Amino acid sequence: MTVTLILLAGMMAVIVGWLIRQTTNVSPWVADTGVQEYDNNRNNPDQLQADSVKIGLGVFLAVATSLFALFISAYMMRMELADWSPLNDPDILWFNTAFLVVASVYFQLAHNSVKRLDANKVRTYFLVAGIFTFIFLIGQLEAWRQLSEAGYYLSNNPANAFFYLFTAVHGLHLFGGLWVWCKTTLKFAEAKGKAPEVAIVARSVELCTIYWHFLLVVWLVLFALFIYT
Amino acid sequence: MTQVAHDETAFAPPAEVEEVELYHPKTFIGKYIWSQDAKVIAIQYSITAIGIGLVALVLSGIMRLQLGFPDTFSFIDPSSYIQNVTIHGMIMVIYLLTALFLGGFGNYLIPLMVGARDMVFPYVNMISYWVYLAAVLVLVASFFAPGGATGAGWTLYPPQAILPGTPGSDWGIVLMLISLALFIVGFTMGGLNYVVTVLQARTRGMSLMRMPLTIWGIFMATILALLAFPALFVSAIMMILDQTIGTSFFMPAVVSMGEQLDYDGGSPILFQHLFWFFGHPEVYIVALPAFGIVSDLISVHARKNIFGYRMMVWAIIAIGALSFIVWAHHMYVSGMHPYFGFFFATTTLIIAVPTALKVYNWVLTLWKGNIRLTVPMLFAIGFIFTFVNGGITGLFLGNVTVDVALSDTYFVVAHFHMVMAVSPILVVFGAIYHWYPKITGRMLNDTLGKTHFWITFLGTYAIYYPMHYLGILGVPRRYYANGVTDFIPESAQSLNAGITVAALIVGVAQLIFIYNLIISYSRGKEAGGNPWEATTLEWQTPDTPPKHGNFGDELPVVYRWAYDYGVPGAELDYIPQNQPPRPTSTDSEA
Ligand code: HEM
Ligand SMILES: [Cu+2]
Repeated sequence: MTVTLILLAGMMAVIVGWLIRQTTNVSPWVADTGVQEYDNNRNNPDQLQADSVKIGLGVFLAVATSLFALFISAYMMRMELADWSPLNDPDILWFNTAFLVVASVYFQLAHNSVKRLDANKVRTYFLVAGIFTFIFLIGQLEAWRQLSEAGYYLSNNPANAFFYLFTAVHGLHLFGGLWVWCKTTLKFAEAKGKAPEVAIVARSVELCTIYWHFLLVVWLVLFALFIYT
Repeated sequence: MTQVAHDETAFAPPAEVEEVELYHPKTFIGKYIWSQDAKVIAIQYSITAIGIGLVALVLSGIMRLQLGFPDTFSFIDPSSYIQNVTIHGMIMVIYLLTALFLGGFGNYLIPLMVGARDMVFPYVNMISYWVYLAAVLVLVASFFAPGGATGAGWTLYPPQAILPGTPGSDWGIVLMLISLALFIVGFTMGGLNYVVTVLQARTRGMSLMRMPLTIWGIFMATILALLAFPALFVSAIMMILDQTIGTSFFMPAVVSMGEQLDYDGGSPILFQHLFWFFGHPEVYIVALPAFGIVSDLISVHARKNIFGYRMMVWAIIAIGALSFIVWAHHMYVSGMHPYFGFFFATTTLIIAVPTALKVYNWVLTLWKGNIRLTVPMLFAIGFIFTFVNGGITGLFLGNVTVDVALSDTYFVVAHFHMVMAVSPILVVFGAIYHWYPKITGRMLNDTLGKTHFWITFLGTYAIYYPMHYLGILGVPRRYYANGVTDFIPESAQSLNAGITVAALIVGVAQLIFIYNLIISYSRGKEAGGNPWEATTLEWQTPDTPPKHGNFGDELPVVYRWAYDYGVPGAELDYIPQNQPPRPTSTDSEA
């Protein structure tokens, strides 16, 4: 549980720290207009909605962090028991990792091109990123196939079980991401030729980029865990 | 005390926010079934939660019949008894209280109290309810599955949860776990909404420190739930795999009914850690909204500002943060290292400090208040008594040496019913009596309400007080019958019979409440917009019940906190949050 505790302590420290900063040095009982601080971005509903979606994604990533941290905690606690025998990680995982890194890089490139208002590049990079993600997922399935062919089933050994479980949970998260990716791709098609082409998809591109980076980090942590144990 | 602005020009004009696109339903089905309006979703959540809660209440009645009058009822056997215990506990904690406080009150109150038109992601909010409903249906389905519902206890500890011999070890437990997983998915969707709405959709002037404590409680509880529920999710998934595919995450090597099973090397203690990592914050997921709501009820009905508002907020934050490092106090008897126990006993006692602080502040709010003994106020005061009671036995159980002796006895049953069953339920009742007029436009009947209060309040004491004694005698929990046991005197049986009578009376008395809810909907006294003369925004809506969009054409602008009651020099004894400060010629003091 130490892993989870440290991570959660970190998250809690951020939340509590932020809240304390918001709540000290105010005198709630004083009545005044006190609306100045709201005037900045609250007059623009579009901006507000965009910020909300981003914060929503942030909250969701916090939940996902908690989920993966707990899985990892469970792994490390289970690992210490007598019957643990480490898994021989299939080599294909290295290639898969590379694909996922590439996907993330392309998302970043797409995101950067949004800033430069280059619609064609945004579209290309975005599509390439998704395709690499598909390749990653297919690679993961191949890893499963290799493992089960070599006789490592889910139920013979806890390390196997954790491997299947983690890759499945991570893959499902990516799969959810790909669903959004598909929807955004349709948006691209719609936006094509319209005036602020980039603006229509900018938000989705940004959200996808954040989400993919997060899942890349999660995968790197999981992969390191598989390799070192 | 109150400083007021000096001249009218300083007042903020209403924000010129473009009309946000609201989803406008056209048909009956769009309006009441597939609704994206948080208020309707709130009512859907509440009705579902109360409905399934009544099932749990009936189950507890059946358990009490067996305990009070053993060998009398042929329809209760040991298996069905333990199944009832399990499902009763699970429904009450998760499907009733969590769903009602967050899905019900959260949905209804957050947008109204912070001055928003709706939740930030209404569509996700709607899905949240339907997934919750699916979770409830799966839970109910487990009763009818082959082998019946699970009898593992609400803690679902492996290995027994999935070993033959425990009722419902094939279908029951799997359906239970699926239902929990669904619940968590549904809750996460709702929870995203509650957090982001509080952060983003507050109206102008509604700074965090002007939010009513109700919102603070629900907000912090949601954060806890979002971070803690994944632990239950993880354990549910891993246990499903253990049960269906035969992995050994939690299952050690076991010989069951003379047969060596395939499991090997798993750790039941691992499950306990994961479960309680969720389980303890769960207590506060239920308690924090109750704390928040009770603070507001007390302030409104005592016509006095809440004592120590900032302290109350910080206490909520502190309790929330601390609640993640006390979980192993549920595992003192699992054979942990003594220093471990020492650590968790210490943190457990520390969390009592902010909690006690809140109690003092409630009492100090009442002090010299202009108390109106309305039904919500009665329930709020009842809550303080009950909560203190359960809290004190909690201090006993938080100490390892005491807990080792009392663990798994009726003392524990009495403790947790006091602190996390009866107390939050009293707040639920108080809150319903308080907000029903806003939800329906009509008052609940006062006499029926008072009758309901006194029977419930005194009745629960008649039920749970004696249980402490049973616990000290050593009567174990989750037992179908005690048989002839040396250390349990025969008088314990008479006590049990008495408890059962009280429990049945309390159970039946809830029909008064249900009757009141139904009858007042059409026959209740017209409530008007603000029957309690309260300051918070939900009472200032142009329509009662509030229409879709909540606040008519213009969102309110907030000028003050939620607790301006009995302000010296003010016209009325309360000043709504959206009333601008009066310009005065005298300097700052008013
Ligand atoms: C009139 C109201 C209630 C009565 C008469 C009642 C009665 C009981 C009884 C007889 C048991 C089983 C004790 C045993 O054999 O070990 C029990 C267990 C339990 N109850 Fe209640 N209860 C009531 C309300 C509630 C509420 C509102 C909650 C909400 C938190 C709750 C939560 C629990 C839990 C968590 C358990 C433990 C289940 C287990 O051991 O697995 N109860 N209750
Ligand atoms: Cu606890």
